[in-house]
Amino acid sequence: MSAYREKDPRIHGIQSRIRVVPNFPKPGIMFQDITTLLLDPKAFKDTVDLFVERYRGKNISVVAGIEARGFIFGPPIALEIGAKFVPLRKPKKLPGKVISEEYELEYGRDCLEMHLGAVEPGDRALVVDDLIATGGTLCAAMKLLERVGADVVECTCVIELPDLKGRERLNGKALYVLVESH
Amino acid sequence: MRRALILYSSNPIYSQLSTTRAPPGYVVFPKRDGGWIPPSSSYQPPVFRMRNYKCTLPPPLGSASDSVANRPKMASQDEQDPRISKISSAIRVIPNFPKPGIMFQDITTLLLDTKAFRDTIDLFVERYRGKDISVVAGIEARGFIFGPPIALAIGAKFVPMRKPNKLPGEVISEEYSLEYGTDKMEMHVGAVQAGERALIIDDLIATGGTLCAAIRLLERVGVQVVECACVIELPELKGRERLGDKPLFVLVSSD
Repeated sequence: MSAYREKDPRIHGIQSRIRVVPNFPKPGIMFQDITTLLLDPKAFKDTVDLFVERYRGKNISVVAGIEARGFIFGPPIALEIGAKFVPLRKPKKLPGKVISEEYELEYGRDCLEMHLGAVEPGDRALVVDDLIATGGTLCAAMKLLERVGADVVECTCVIELPDLKGRERLNGKALYVLVESH
Repeated sequence: MRRALILYSSNPIYSQLSTTRAPPGYVVFPKRDGGWIPPSSSYQPPVFRMRNYKCTLPPPLGSASDSVANRPKMASQDEQDPRISKISSAIRVIPNFPKPGIMFQDITTLLLDTKAFRDTIDLFVERYRGKDISVVAGIEARGFIFGPPIALAIGAKFVPMRKPNKLPGEVISEEYSLEYGTDKMEMHVGAVQAGERALIIDDLIATGGTLCAAIRLLERVGVQVVECACVIELPELKGRERLGDKPLFVLVSSD
């Protein structure tokens, strides 16, 4: 849920640091740019702290981050809560043995890969990305983790675009976000 | 064979060891009584062999007023930080990736070792904390894994340096050579200001082409690149020389 977090005084600073860039990557899309958040050390730290406060002490052993902006938020969280960080990547980036999960895009399909052996059965996992839109990528990430026997505890993002109903696509898995953008 | 570079450590444990310089030709590893081991002795040092080892102890990273000439060019110093060997052994080598003949240095296994990953970040943070660094620039994508934790710990902003067409809004671009063809790196206009002091972070330096492009992007907008920092160096590819007068700091060197 995200409503609870609106009461945290740090949220306002975080939300105001996110920049909206119109018509990127194509006309009609209002792109939520988190890079401006990363330029504010206090707001960036607050972002990570809010996640860490939620997940510390919950026996989470894996933080899976989705390439590439999930690589920015995932590792600081993993380091603070003592979990492994597992990168989930586009095809052919990870060396060695991988498993793949295909998913739908607006036009066509894409694929997400994870290293074999990175995650073990019984691992309790978070999936981290900067933003959830339709939920397609997060879904693929969850499937990869579940296929190797991990328990996906929650998906977590800085931003949610609720109008795109990504939350519903997560098959009942909990989603936690800091900021909603309509 | 991968060898661990010896790091200067400000860890208080090491203040008990000798702080005098080893005479040239003497074996690196200091004795607990403070002496040095002469080359003629039968002492067998442990696994790591240092080729081209420099016996001087470079000064630690200086303050804003230091000139480039005073900064250490290599990370090799007298004492071995005990964290380095675990970091080195956590890195996995994958042969023939992405193409035949290449021995790929895979840091993802390091990220699975919570203590070794923590130690990696700590080693960089210990070096850069309190040095007035306001920008940590990380090169897509593995620089995104190491850069942000360092930035957060030292209170700097994190600036992603990306492949073309990934960053929204206004960007500046720098082209650089690949083995075959060219590639481009982009940075947001306005992310950094003239006069800021920056680090550039990536997981590995090979030929140095990517790091060079990052240096040029930052310098074009008037930023002072204090140092480039990587987990791994492939010294045979001479990336360090390609960086010219810019210092390079690495944790692990791999032949």
